[in-house]
Order: sequence, then C-alpha cells, then structure tokens
Amino acid sequence: MARDVPAGDLCLADLTKTFGAFTAVDGLSLTIGQGSFFALLGASGCGKTTTLRMIAGLEEPTSGQVLLGGRDIARLRPHKRPVNTVFQSYALFPHLDVFENVAFGLRRRGIRPVDGQVRQMLTLMGLDGYERRRPAQLSGGEQQRVALARALINHPQVLLLDEPLGALDLKLRRRMQIELKRIQTGAGITFLHVTHDQEEAMTMADTVAVMNAGRVEQLGAPAEIYEFPATAFVANFLGQSNLIAGVVAGGNGGDVLITAHGVRFSVPSARARADRGPVYLGVRPEKLHLVDSVDQVPAGSQYLTGTITDASYVGVSTQYLLRAGCDTELSVFVANSGTQRRYGPGDRAVAYWNPQHAFLLGRRADEDEPSTPVLDEPVGAARD
Amino acid sequence: MRLSRWLARHWVMGVALLVLGYLLLPIAVVAALSVNRPANRLSYDFHEFTLDNWRNPCATSEMCDAVLRSVQIGFIATVVATTLGTLMAFALARHRLRGRSGLNVLIFLPMATPELVLGTSLLTLFVAGGVPLGFWTIVLAHVMFCLSFVVVTVKARLAGMDRRLEEAAMDLYASEWQTFRRITLPLVLPGIVAAALLAFSLSFDDFIITNFNSGTTVTFPMYVWGAAQRGIPPQVNVIGTAMFLIALLLVLTSTLRRGGRRLRNP
Repeated sequence: MARDVPAGDLCLADLTKTFGAFTAVDGLSLTIGQGSFFALLGASGCGKTTTLRMIAGLEEPTSGQVLLGGRDIARLRPHKRPVNTVFQSYALFPHLDVFENVAFGLRRRGIRPVDGQVRQMLTLMGLDGYERRRPAQLSGGEQQRVALARALINHPQVLLLDEPLGALDLKLRRRMQIELKRIQTGAGITFLHVTHDQEEAMTMADTVAVMNAGRVEQLGAPAEIYEFPATAFVANFLGQSNLIAGVVAGGNGGDVLITAHGVRFSVPSARARADRGPVYLGVRPEKLHLVDSVDQVPAGSQYLTGTITDASYVGVSTQYLLRAGCDTELSVFVANSGTQRRYGPGDRAVAYWNPQHAFLLGRRADEDEPSTPVLDEPVGAARD
Repeated sequence: MRLSRWLARHWVMGVALLVLGYLLLPIAVVAALSVNRPANRLSYDFHEFTLDNWRNPCATSEMCDAVLRSVQIGFIATVVATTLGTLMAFALARHRLRGRSGLNVLIFLPMATPELVLGTSLLTLFVAGGVPLGFWTIVLAHVMFCLSFVVVTVKARLAGMDRRLEEAAMDLYASEWQTFRRITLPLVLPGIVAAALLAFSLSFDDFIITNFNSGTTVTFPMYVWGAAQRGIPPQVNVIGTAMFLIALLLVLTSTLRRGGRRLRNP
C-alpha cells in the first residue's frame, strides 16, 4: 500500500485552500528536500496548520498539488499516505495503553509481530516500563514522546509536527527540541514542523519559511532570514527590528543613500531590497551599541542621539528604549558582559551601528506601522 | 464549641445519609416483604420469615408469564431503540444537516410530553390504522419513547469526544471502518451501554402508555396493578428484589473492574 511510493522531495505546487470566502492558503509553492528539517513559521491563522493538514490528507486542497517523490498524493485518503503526524494535543487514544498506541500503525498495516519493534521504539524514547500505562497516567513530556513514537515507528517519508512542544514547560521544551533534532538527523526522515515560536523554528530547522496570510513571505536558512529579512513582516515576526521610515535619496558607489526626516543614512546596496522610493531602514536591537557622547562613536558608524526611557534587566542582557526625537523609540539590547556602563531612564546616550548590519526594505508610500519609529526632527547624522 | 464545629463539618454528610435512606427505604420494604409469609391475601404486615417465595417464585404462573413478556418486550425495544438512536445521534452530532437545531427540539419533545398524551395518541393512531393491539404495538410504543433518551445520551458522549482522535487513527493507516471500530466505537460505547440500560428500565416498568396499547396482552407492571385489587402475591416482591439485586450487581462489577484497572497501573 503506502510503501511503494518512491522516496523523494516533498513539493507543494500552487496549493490553495479556501473556506467559503476566506482563503487560508493562497497558491503556496514549496520544495522540501528529502531528509531535511523544515519549519513553517507564522502567527495563528496564517494557514500553516491548514497546509499541514492538506499534506496529511485531513483537508482536501481547493486546488494545487502535493507531490511526494514526483507523485501527486493530494487526493489520496490519509491512511494511504506515507506521512504521519504528531498532533498539537498529541491525540493519544485514551482507551488504549502506551504499547497499543505505539503499535496502532503497525497493526493497521498488518505487520506482525509488533512486539520487538514497539519495545525497541519505547526504549529509544526512554519509555521502558510504561507499556501498560494509559495516556491519562502520563505527564505532558511522556505523552509527547508516546505521540512521537507512535508516528516514528511507521518510518514515514515525512513526519508532520503540529506545534508538538506547545504544551510543555520551557525546560522540557529545550530538551525535547534537542532530542527531536537528534532523532531527525539519525532517522533521515523529512520533518515538517509547524510553529508560531520563532526561536523554536530557528533552533531546530535547516530551512524556515515565514508564512503570512496564506503565503510564504520569505524562505531560507534561519541565519539568512534573520540577518537580512525580505519584508517588514518578517523583520518584526522573526525577532525584533527597529524600522525607520525614509526615502531613497540616491546612490553613492556601493551604497544606497536614505533620507529619513532630513538626516542622511547609508546602507550597502547588497543589503538593500529596494533602491528607490519609500523605504524602511532596519537595524536589529542587538546590532545597536550605546555610548555616552558622539565623540565615542567609531568611524564608519552611523548614529542617533536620544534619551533612555526604559531599561529592563533580563539577565543575559539589558534591553533599553532610546527616545530619539518625538515618538521615535529605538530598542537596544546590550549584553551584560560586565564591560559596559549601565544606563538608567533619563540618561542621554548615543546609539550607533555599523551600516553593514543595517538593511533596507521596500515600503508602500502609505504604509507606516504604529510600531515603527517615526523620525520627525533631525537627530543624527552619518559620521565619516 | 467543639460540638458546633463537629456539626459544621459533618452536617452535609448527615443530610446525605437521610436522603439516601429516603431513596432506599421503599426498596428495603419490598425486600423484607419478599421473605414474608403474609397472614392473609390482603395483609401487608410482616408476619413470619420464610424462603418459600424465593424457592418458588412462579407459584402464580400468570405473573411469571407477565415477567417473561416484559423482559422480551424490554429486550426487543432496547435493541431497536439503541440501534436507531445511536445512528440518529451520529447523524446529529457529525453531519451538518439542514434544520439540525429544529431536529434537536423534536428529539426532546417526546420526553417532555405527558405519557398520558403519548398513550392516547398512539392508541388513536393504531385504531385508525387498523393495527391489532397486542405484543407488537407495545414494542412499537416502547421503541418510540425510548428513542429520545438514547439519542440524548449517546449524543452527549459523542460531543465530548475529540475529533482529532479519529484523524490520528486515519493518519496511522486506519481506514474509515477500522477507525470506527477501533477508536470511535470503543470511546462511545459507555454512552451506548448507558443508553441501553436506560431504555430497558424505561420499557420494563412502563405502565401508562402500555396500558393504552396492550389489548389483551399483560406485562409485569400491568399484572401488579391488576393484582393490587385482589391482594398482591408475595412473589411480586421477589421479582422486585431480584431486579434490584441484578442492577446492583451490574453496577458493582463495572465499578470493580474500573477500580481494578486503576490498581494494576498505579
């Protein structure tokens, strides 16, 4: 039955799903390499779970294809697909014990005997001695491992994970993240992980696709997406960004020049997604450095002067808000390495950054998110 | 001081015991009378202890025929009502039928209607349709009023069931039929069993509706009602006590089985 499908990449081709007038997934096209760990990242309602359910066969696409190894499986019944799912709430069968839960898939495919395989899988998951327990008698972490064992024992070509770590506490979550990654590397199975937790996606996945309103906004390796986001949505969803609204004023060799409320900034053209019209100048909070006065800003950097309005100590770092002009607040993360002066609210400070760390995003003329700093008076200048 | 605190802590328990006594006293009387040798036919006083009634419950053969008939009717009505009601509950809980909320109201209606009304209207229907009254009209009537209870009971169980369990089963290579047999049915079964027990006890002791539609057929409740005019034979109490003991035994076994499972898996 399901086993004769040739192994290979999972391709989504122009996959669309509409519920009445609402478009949940909008012409999605993706290729997920065999054996890779792929994360679909997005806020709730962005269509990521619907995408997953279409791959599992629990939802029928309105149009488009789901290709596995070149074969379209989009219209196959769920039990005919070499795909297994770890559900968000685990969905363990409450009337069956751990052993029967894990053996369920093998038994349905008529594989006999199941004893050896089930015990081996339980040992791998550290569930020895739990065979006769019911799901209700297990902790969250144990249930999660049973759900994983129940799916993995079938050696699916693709394992779908629907926010499987959402219900776990932080510590257990970290441990399971590492364990999942280890299992994936060992088993060589394609993992497709759906999550709204950007940190989790970046920790585990080789490739992350950020979804918004049924479409992929950006796709790439975690570091690539984080360091050079393609859109304002990605810049704000994946970590935090300071986005300064401005207009491109021209070019200067390898640089793009930007005017933001009368002040000149520059960004290397390799880090610019737009070279004309309205733009956002973006800098990550941890790429900003604080000093007392403009004299201390290193050559080649750009800066903004302002007043500290808030300082939150979060252990590993201190997160400052720097008011640079009216209604303009920059978020600055300073590592608590012990070498830096600590600022308090009311202190004057200068935030500077290396233009190599900034990025430039296109902006619709009317677009100006409330969270975005707006510069309405000259507060800084390029220093050279 | 200490007394008032003791009272404050235990008065709810006291009330509970009183209520329990109120519930069980009539049954205790029936049990006591089942081992009584009455002084005369119309006496309900405890006269003398005897096991004769238990040794020979069918001294009055009419009564045993009536009991057997009631069990037969109850069994058939239960099987039919449980099957139809379960299917109905699935349809109402799982499919987006048009006018579903209207259907839900209609299901409740027979439960809210006085039995007298149901009985007379059924009689009118049977007479107008030329259906001869007897065993099968009783069965038809019983199936009808048991159905609502079955639908409501099974539907409640279905509503509490997570649809993702069925999706998980299908994801794990179970076909629709296997999913139903391995996951849906076992999870809904307690509701179905409860509905069947409810249907049987409703059917077994129904008097009003049965009385209208029985023709010359005599069920156990009708026999007791008739006998009450002439003096109830003590064996009626034996049947009553036996029914109670069987029900008790069923409840105890299911409780013990559940408890035992918990003990094995601490």
